[in-house]
Order: sequence, then C-alpha cells, then structure tokens
Amino acid sequence: MKLAILHELNAERAARRPVILVTDTESGEQRLVKSADFAKDPLRAELDKQLRMGKSANVEVGGKKLFLNVYAPTAKLVIVGAVHISQALAPLARSLGYDVTVVDPRTAFASPERFPDIPLVAEWPDTALPPLNVDAYTAFVAVTHDPKIDDPALLHAFERNCFYIGALGSRKTHAKRGDRLRAQGARDTDIARIHAPIGLAIGAVSPSEIAVSIMAEITAVLRLPPKEKEEAA
Amino acid sequence: MLDRDEDILKAAEDWQKAGRGVALATVVETWGSAPRPAGSSLVINDEGTFLGSVSGGCVEGAVVTEAMDVIASGKPRMLEFGVADETAWNVGLSCGGTIRVFVEKVG
Repeated sequence: MKLAILHELNAERAARRPVILVTDTESGEQRLVKSADFAKDPLRAELDKQLRMGKSANVEVGGKKLFLNVYAPTAKLVIVGAVHISQALAPLARSLGYDVTVVDPRTAFASPERFPDIPLVAEWPDTALPPLNVDAYTAFVAVTHDPKIDDPALLHAFERNCFYIGALGSRKTHAKRGDRLRAQGARDTDIARIHAPIGLAIGAVSPSEIAVSIMAEITAVLRLPPKEKEEAA
Repeated sequence: MLDRDEDILKAAEDWQKAGRGVALATVVETWGSAPRPAGSSLVINDEGTFLGSVSGGCVEGAVVTEAMDVIASGKPRMLEFGVADETAWNVGLSCGGTIRVFVEKVG
C-alpha cells in the first residue's frame, strides 16, 4: 500500500467518513474510493452494497479479481431521554455494536444507578449535544415526551444529517411536534425524516420490546437498500 | 462489520514514517468457521513487532515470517491457510476454516 493511500485512509477514518479500499489482488494495485465519489465510480453498485452491509468482499470485474475492503465508522446511538425505554434500549444497542450515549438534563433520570456503564450527559441538549459529534453515522432517538428537551434535540439531529431519527409519541403528538418544529425553522423534509411513532410495528408493549422494535427499525434503515426500506416501514 | 479495529492502520503509518519497513496483511476471503472476517488486518514491522490479528492467534506466526520477505522484496503475496492443507494445519488454523491473506508492503 502506498503511503499516500494509507495516509488518506487514516484521515478519512479519523473524520468518521466511510471509504472502500479497492485492491487488485493479483497485481497489488490499489485505489481508495470515498463514499462521496461512489456515484461516479464504475463499481458503484458493488461499492454501495458492500458499504450498506458494512462487509468487505471479493468481486470479479473485467477479468480482474478485486478485494473491496470496507472501512465504515462505528455507528453511534444518541438517546435523548433517560427514561424506562432507554434503560432497555442502551444495552441492546451496545450489544449490536453501537457507541451509545444517553442525554437527559433531569439528573433524577440520568443517574448511573439507572444506567450502569452507559455514558450519560445530564445537560440540556444545547450543551450536551455539540461535543458528541453527532453525524451521518449516528442514529438519534428522542424519547423524553417533553418538547422542551426533545424539540431542540431533534433540530440538532436534522442539522447533523443523522442516518436515523426517531421520536416517541402517537401520530397526534407527532403532528403537534411537526407544527412546533416548523415554527422553529425546520423544513418539511426534515420533519418527514422523523420515524414516529418510533420503531417497527411489531406490537411491542414492554420497554424491552419497544427497544427491540426501535433497534429493528434502525437496523433496517442502516442495512436495507432504499426500495426494501420503504416496504419495511 | 462495524469498525471496531484498534488503530493498527495508524500504527502502520507511524512506523513507516519513523523509517521502519512495514507490511500489512489483510484477510481477503474466508470459508467455513474462520475466526476473523474479511477485512481484518495485521500490521508487521521489520523488527517483527505486530499489531492486530488475521486469525485470532492461529496463523499470525507464519504471516509474520512471510511479511518479512514481503518487506524485503516489495512484492505482494497471497497466503492461504486451512485444515485441508497439511502445512496450514501445522501452523494451526484448528477452528476448521480456511482463510486467504493478502500481504503487501507499506510505502
């Protein structure tokens, strides 16, 4: 591997931007493809698929044997609201490989006793969220039921282009939330990105079951190609 | 696979910049119950120091030996380890899988 390629690969990884290293395993020739350049790449279909799956693979193109090594950042989950559901959601998400952080300004909720071993930030979203580097490899859920906490958090998630944004609440609650967010400058396309009611419809009742439905929905958004994603929703 | 790799690629860059000969070994294919998925890598320097893993410890010794040759020659090489291969059995991929490992020089 050329040092210039290694240097660029490390820079992209440090910036949490996904890249795929394409190696011709016979000649040793290599090139690095940034996700922003996938669309104009001759291998775009393969690159898209492997990145979505987060899986390295071999492909044969034009008589060449190529190894596609996928470097995807560790996905993060930011949970706004240290509520009962979050107590089930945080450990489940962690077992699925997510870096989890729970944010709630209410210290009675955001306590280490309720969330052993989970990073907690007992601050309001405007203080808590900027240092978390919320990005396109972050799933973001707002589950406090309190507009004073959920609304600013959701505005931050729109701005950072999270791959998944979910919020707790019935359709009626969600309609009111949409009105409030629009009044604060959110666009309709932002509001349309919110998964609400949150989670796949699996008839979840208990907090643990709701956690499963939320993680199932996040997994679908992360892994399914766009068309199948619509069908699952 | 979500990227949980400890920063061995950063180490590879640092070693190379410090003037060491460095090789990168990457699992490119697995069959059966291989211990580490495709994309896993091991970084080796010319002192024999290595970081990371391609098999969870089974064949690293053999990969390091091959890596020394790759650092010297500059030519990449494909290695295969598996139970069907007696030599590979000797180096011990006893989990029953087969892996192919691409070894290349850095720089």
